[in-house]
Amino acid sequence: MNPALQAVITIGLGVGGCLVYFYGSNLFLDKVLYPPRGPNAGRNINRANMIRPWLFLFPAIVLLGLYLAYPVVATLWLSLNKQVGTGSEFVGFANYAQMMSEEKFWESMQNNMVWLVVVPAMSTAFGLLAAQLTDRIKWGNIAKSLIFMPMAISFVGASVIWKLVYDSRDAAVAQIGALNAVWMKFEGGIWSVLFLRVLPVVLLLAFAAAVAWVAWGMVRVVLQSDRAVGGLEKLARGLGALVGLWLVYVALSWAFGAVRADLPYGVPQQFLTIPYWNNFFLMAVLIWIQTGFAMVILSAALRGVPEDTIEAAIIDGANPFQVFFKIKVPQIMGTIVVVWTTITITVLKVFDIVLAMTNGQFQTQVLANYMYDKLFRAGDWGVGSASAMVIMLLVMPILVWNVYNARKEMR
Amino acid sequence: MAELLLKDVEKAYGEVKVLKDINLDIKTGELIVFVGPSGCGKSTLLRMIAGLEKITGGDFSIDGVRMNDVPPAQRGIAMVFQSYALYPHMTVRDNMSFALKIAKKSPEEIRAAVDKAARILQLTPYLDRLPKALSGGQRQRVAIGRSIVRDPKVYLFDEPLSNLDAALRVATRIEIAQLKEAMPNSTMVYVTHDQVEAMTLASRIVVLAGGGISQVGSPLELYERPENEFVAQFIGSPSMNLMTGEVVETGEITTVRLDNGGLARSAVPTIASDTGQKVKIGVRPEDFIETTGEAIFTGDVEITEALGEVTLLYFKKQGDGHQVVGKLPGIRSELRRTTVSLTADPKKVHLFANGRSLLYR
Repeated sequence: MNPALQAVITIGLGVGGCLVYFYGSNLFLDKVLYPPRGPNAGRNINRANMIRPWLFLFPAIVLLGLYLAYPVVATLWLSLNKQVGTGSEFVGFANYAQMMSEEKFWESMQNNMVWLVVVPAMSTAFGLLAAQLTDRIKWGNIAKSLIFMPMAISFVGASVIWKLVYDSRDAAVAQIGALNAVWMKFEGGIWSVLFLRVLPVVLLLAFAAAVAWVAWGMVRVVLQSDRAVGGLEKLARGLGALVGLWLVYVALSWAFGAVRADLPYGVPQQFLTIPYWNNFFLMAVLIWIQTGFAMVILSAALRGVPEDTIEAAIIDGANPFQVFFKIKVPQIMGTIVVVWTTITITVLKVFDIVLAMTNGQFQTQVLANYMYDKLFRAGDWGVGSASAMVIMLLVMPILVWNVYNARKEMR
Repeated sequence: MAELLLKDVEKAYGEVKVLKDINLDIKTGELIVFVGPSGCGKSTLLRMIAGLEKITGGDFSIDGVRMNDVPPAQRGIAMVFQSYALYPHMTVRDNMSFALKIAKKSPEEIRAAVDKAARILQLTPYLDRLPKALSGGQRQRVAIGRSIVRDPKVYLFDEPLSNLDAALRVATRIEIAQLKEAMPNSTMVYVTHDQVEAMTLASRIVVLAGGGISQVGSPLELYERPENEFVAQFIGSPSMNLMTGEVVETGEITTVRLDNGGLARSAVPTIASDTGQKVKIGVRPEDFIETTGEAIFTGDVEITEALGEVTLLYFKKQGDGHQVVGKLPGIRSELRRTTVSLTADPKKVHLFANGRSLLYR
């Protein structure tokens, strides 16, 4: 039979089956089991209405149980077993111990953590920026469509596009990779110094200054304000300030590095093989995709901010920056958190981009690709399942928080 | 201390002029109320004074300084919005101190100003609450408090009571009147479509209609001596009855033979050349007196509404679709489905020709 015909039949059977199930089961409930007549009509109606929600939930619960709950338990079980010949043997946490001893696992963990911080932060920030700016210009809707378009591209497709951006050819021929084409323009003259030394240094110093200011703002409340500050808040603020200080240190050392670095002008670069930095080249792909998502959600949220509060702020003397950061952003904070956590979950599961671009080589491994490696390439079900459990444990708290926030937003 | 001067102010959206020829001189300490039907541009005019809408023509100045291009924050104005426009993520205290923080005032100064405003408005127990934990009336007071702390020259109110329920509206209206008493030197501009608010609060009322000013005057001036038919019908409830007729006798007392057969005498003086002119007489429902003699109007009462101290009589509609309404003291429900003749004191009978009052020519 023609596969297309099979598909049509399957759809027909699926939809028809649903109809038959919902109609039939409700009919059975109302006509046979608890008919609303006779001496117990009132009691029967109440009972039927208590059962009815379960009739509707039943297919979903069964299917989700079969395809989600059971695999979780099975994976947990697999992660505690080791393959011996054709059978398996319970080994407790030996798989986890083996995984912990592998350098590649820790590399994945570390990379995942960097992804976790950079991608949601950048996507949300760019999304917010795009949302605010596109709302204020005439061709904003066109700009929005363009920024949103990457969302329609599969991760693998996006990876292929960006692989071409990072592509390198021999120095003698024209570069087809956009990044190398730009890179080859630099030859060490005044523009090179301006763009590759002065500009990064200025940006990094600005970043360091901004972070230092925020960190100071965090501790200042504790030190100066006459407001009573709780112990937990003190701790959080202290930690925040420490993270800020560390970021300042990183930014300053990078700025120093940018001044000192000996740049190989005129030599095409294999960007995806430069350790550490290649992670960021990979992240750019996901940021490119997720910015559209963040922009669409945040744009809707920004439009929901009451115009009155903005006008009141203008009369109160707030400048556009203050209106944006003190009036608009706090009012959409709930949405920002939901967007942030949603992207975070996507990031924790990131797999396709790494697989398609580097396959975890050159120190770009991430957990999901590590799991795939173990499960399907090495055929080690025990360690593969163990890493799957690690990913699930990492996603779980964020997922719970995300659902909590999303529900709060809906109220 | 602030005087507002609007000279030939106009507002155009592209080709469409929604406001034109607005000339207004608002003196220090006045409470000016803009009233008018919805869509007459009263809110737009207020927002132009606030600086939220661009003034597309004419000059607007405060204390002699031209304000057309001055940003809202530097005009020395504060505005209370219909929806209160409180910042939902800030406590009452933060809401009230926002403007002062932006202006980089010292924390002690801010605290003192907020505490003082909170005391005046009885908001002290709520200072640490978020707006969503307040009732409508309390939110409205916070919005007013946010204005007070800035100590502005001019207060602008954009229909501040329309989101409150009836009882609270009366209470808050009285609070605003008391606030005005307490600040005799501040100028206030108040927009409303509720004529009770206008009549009770205003030192002067500005009636806006059709993109221009219909009449400016004290509430009683507007009530007793409306300049035109629009103001006559807009002020007062139920609105003034208008009946067409022809001048038959001129002089200190003008006599008008009405098309419905009645005879009206008005204390509005006319000159001999007016004889035979088509005019409209206007009588407020409350100015009608029951009579058995010469009547302005005789008709069948269709419905009576006894309100206790007065009874409203709704007469059968006239040929032109106009329904005459009378208001008689006491409970007169027995008049339903009877024929009643009404007349009025000539001093209370208004006279209009071509829409304008003959008193003002």
